[in-house]
Amino acid sequence: MEICRRKNQIELSELDPFLAELLRQIPTSADPGGVPVAEERLFSPPTDGKEAEICAEWKLYVQPELRRLFQTATQTVAADLEQLNGNEKSFVNRTLRIPSKHADAWLSALNQARLVIAAKNNFTENELNDHFRSPIGSRRDLSLFQVNFYGFLQEFILRELES
Amino acid sequence: MSCGLRPTDACLAQIKEMEGTTHASNEKAGTITITEPTIEKETRSEEDLDVPWQVVVHNDPVNLMSYVTMVFQRVFGYPREKAERHMLEVHQKGRSVLWSGMRERAELYVQQLHGYLLLATLEKVY
Repeated sequence: MEICRRKNQIELSELDPFLAELLRQIPTSADPGGVPVAEERLFSPPTDGKEAEICAEWKLYVQPELRRLFQTATQTVAADLEQLNGNEKSFVNRTLRIPSKHADAWLSALNQARLVIAAKNNFTENELNDHFRSPIGSRRDLSLFQVNFYGFLQEFILRELES
Repeated sequence: MSCGLRPTDACLAQIKEMEGTTHASNEKAGTITITEPTIEKETRSEEDLDVPWQVVVHNDPVNLMSYVTMVFQRVFGYPREKAERHMLEVHQKGRSVLWSGMRERAELYVQQLHGYLLLATLEKVY
């Protein structure tokens, strides 16, 4: 895979089918899917639990707004990812172009996906820092690779935003 | 409240009373005695006093350090160095107080931080 900036776009080229599939998985992975630990991570309480009234108001007024914000980001990403759904054969390397104006949506969707995957798998800090673990092995290894791959993309987008 | 350009004795007395002092003086005009001012006691709830609140960001092993720094810069308008200092404090000590002040503003900051998926809470400052 190659990643670079071209004019107002971030271009991911030479995407092999495996990485293309991981990218396609972003919107699905970002969905907590009713799993309580994942829901709690995306919608964390605004206080340490002592202020019940604030927490109740938060659930009522703030959480729906946050949910909309997160959905908008994943919808933008899902629309960009349609580029990977061409008619070419599945083993052909692909190219994905992300408009710079979608950078924030991508940062959010990638973050949602990383947090949800990490929460569902209950990854430890040591595991999350193990960037050299092979994705081939267990489902857990693949999920960890996914978190790290999305993190790598986030780092690149952040650098592009800074420059 | 105005008592004119030229202060009279009564006016001076009124000023002293406002300052909450007891005053008695012997002047050419005679003796002026001012009684102890009544101190009105007012009970106010904690809410009324509006104790300061602080915005705390907690450590999270998933969020990238560079991402957290960017969020602090965006939300609080901190320069990069300050944002990085707070990010490192979160990383090393588990939490960092990013801001303190009125509750409404603190809530707004926490909402913004949650929008960026950071673990943030608001706490009363005791």
